Amino acid sequence: MNVHEYQAKGLFREFGVAVPEGQLATTPEEAERAAKALGTPVVVVKAQVHAGGRGKGGGVKLAKSAAEAKTAASEILGMTLHTPQTPPEGKLVRKVYVEAGSNIKDELYLAILFDRAAEKFAVVASTEGGMEIEVVAENTPDKILTTLVEPNVGLRDYQIRDLGFKLGFDGDLVKKFVPFVRGLYNLYIEKDCSQVEINPLVVTQEGELFALDGKLNFDDNALYRNPDIAELRDPEEEDERERAANEIDLAYVGLDGSIGCMVNGAGLAMATLDMIHYCGGTPANFLDAGGGADKEKVKEAFKLILRDDNVKAILVNIFGGIVRCDLIAEGVVAAASDLGVTVPLVVRLQGTKAMEGREILAQSNLNITPAETLKEAGEAVVAAVKGAA
Amino acid sequence: MAILCDKNTKLIIQGMGNMGTFHAGLSRDYGTQVVGGVHPGKGGTEKDGFPIFNTVAEAKAATGANASVIFVPPPGAADAILEAAENDLDLVVCITEGIPVIDMARAKAALRGSRTRLLGPNCPGVVTPGQCRIGIMPAAITRPGPVGVVSRSGTLTYEAVDQLSRLGIGQSSCVGIGGDPVIGTNFIDALALFQADPDTKAVVMIGEIGGSAEEEAAEFVKSNMDKPVAAFIAGQNAPPGKRMGHAGAIIAGGKGKASDKIAALEAAGVAVSASPAEIGETLAQHAPGLAG
Repeated sequence: MNVHEYQAKGLFREFGVAVPEGQLATTPEEAERAAKALGTPVVVVKAQVHAGGRGKGGGVKLAKSAAEAKTAASEILGMTLHTPQTPPEGKLVRKVYVEAGSNIKDELYLAILFDRAAEKFAVVASTEGGMEIEVVAENTPDKILTTLVEPNVGLRDYQIRDLGFKLGFDGDLVKKFVPFVRGLYNLYIEKDCSQVEINPLVVTQEGELFALDGKLNFDDNALYRNPDIAELRDPEEEDERERAANEIDLAYVGLDGSIGCMVNGAGLAMATLDMIHYCGGTPANFLDAGGGADKEKVKEAFKLILRDDNVKAILVNIFGGIVRCDLIAEGVVAAASDLGVTVPLVVRLQGTKAMEGREILAQSNLNITPAETLKEAGEAVVAAVKGAA
Repeated sequence: MAILCDKNTKLIIQGMGNMGTFHAGLSRDYGTQVVGGVHPGKGGTEKDGFPIFNTVAEAKAATGANASVIFVPPPGAADAILEAAENDLDLVVCITEGIPVIDMARAKAALRGSRTRLLGPNCPGVVTPGQCRIGIMPAAITRPGPVGVVSRSGTLTYEAVDQLSRLGIGQSSCVGIGGDPVIGTNFIDALALFQADPDTKAVVMIGEIGGSAEEEAAEFVKSNMDKPVAAFIAGQNAPPGKRMGHAGAIIAGGKGKASDKIAALEAAGVAVSASPAEIGETLAQHAPGLAG
């Protein structure tokens, strides 16, 4: 789960990670009042959307007075922001964050994440802040400093000091860097983050450290024990169909093809997309109905697939282990008749109770094309789309 | 022989809820020695003919169990793994999906130096055809034979096993290693076991997008294996930045792409199937004479 910059900075404050003063605004008038209250010579007005690279898309503006802040906010609020990280249709800006300007001396990069290869937490830092870290890693890998943290030992102060000196900090700055990174690490662990990223981390002319930007991702599997984090979810930032799928415990990813898919198991669901491509078709979605798929869930999954107007045919691919094919078949029949499915339907049932499931489909009098193997299923659904076109 | 489990394995179930009890029954029907279940507070009772114990220690002392399978919900699953390891079981298979990464990172670190092998979490388990079933796989599609199967996915493992069985090619053991970022047994561990197992003549490996486990496995095959290996990588058409169902299946920062994994495997002499429907065929052509 992602959160907005202003929410990330609220958590930074809670954990003693220094951030500039700032206020949220949803109207130009609020932005003007926020700038006045901050009282600094310069404020920054920043679009609050779940995407990076906002500056490049015109979503970040400097203002030298409260009036300028109002103008900047009126330009940003309501705009559709396009950045390298937004979806093709862009993101509508509904909120801005008005923040006190800083006298920037140096821009650095700092992140904490989980290193899958090492199976340890990693503190990643670089003197090359303010640009895309992937680019830095590609062009100048020696400028990326990584400190691995033993999960059962935790981050030690000496590791932070070592990192600070390697970044070129003097003794005074390292003294400020230790509690800064410590706070960030505590946040990462206590709130089950999957990634904490500050880009840029700035050193000001006055010798202070600030998180000028803040990006937080959380481990969805740990939200059950972090209800305060779960409340930060902004449904308006999420794909509507993915959110609906989430609510009924289905894994769904929207794609731009014409074949709707319902599969059990993530690996088989990915392989089904590959099969469709291999046969010359294009999938409209990834959908893993999971191990608990039953009649009701199948119907909900069909509703979700059919919301997409691009869908010209549907492929159901079930390999029953825990899942029973007879229950899936009942669900398919109920969904197809109740929802009035008009697009061609190809159903492949294998594994637990597959024979019973196929019998249910055969007796339904619905126009369902049965398939026995993955290959047959892929070929049949692609042929159905081509026939319909 | 086989890997991880055989007819001598004595299995206990940690988490005797509906799902745990249901699959304990299926494993017993398959011929597995399921010797009991652990349900704190219900020790001394019986469920579906299985004796129930309060702790793993009690269960092991009473039954001589050397393996366990975990169906405990996510908040208690890492704990269940550590309890099994503290009692020196040979194998613990964790089926539970949705364990927080931090919990697994800590549990995995704590297992270093332990004699217990962890399989999973978020995995379908392991079947040694004709001998032992641990977990949730539909054992009916398996048949005894010379091919080791190892996979990050559940249902795609069934697909591959089914394709092999339809070609008359049996399996030595079918192993699901799990789709999470932190897992106990990775591809290299499983490949090393298959390489050392005299009854395994060839291996099928099913990978997917995300992480670099397949690239590391390719390196291992090149340097340490002389048995033929066929592979399939799922997610060749997955969009970057999207989590494809499994917590670990995500292309992040340009890393974890299927094309990189396929290239690494092919460079290591692995026969990679372009279509998920031809995994069995690909192995049959790469290593003739396995059917029987």
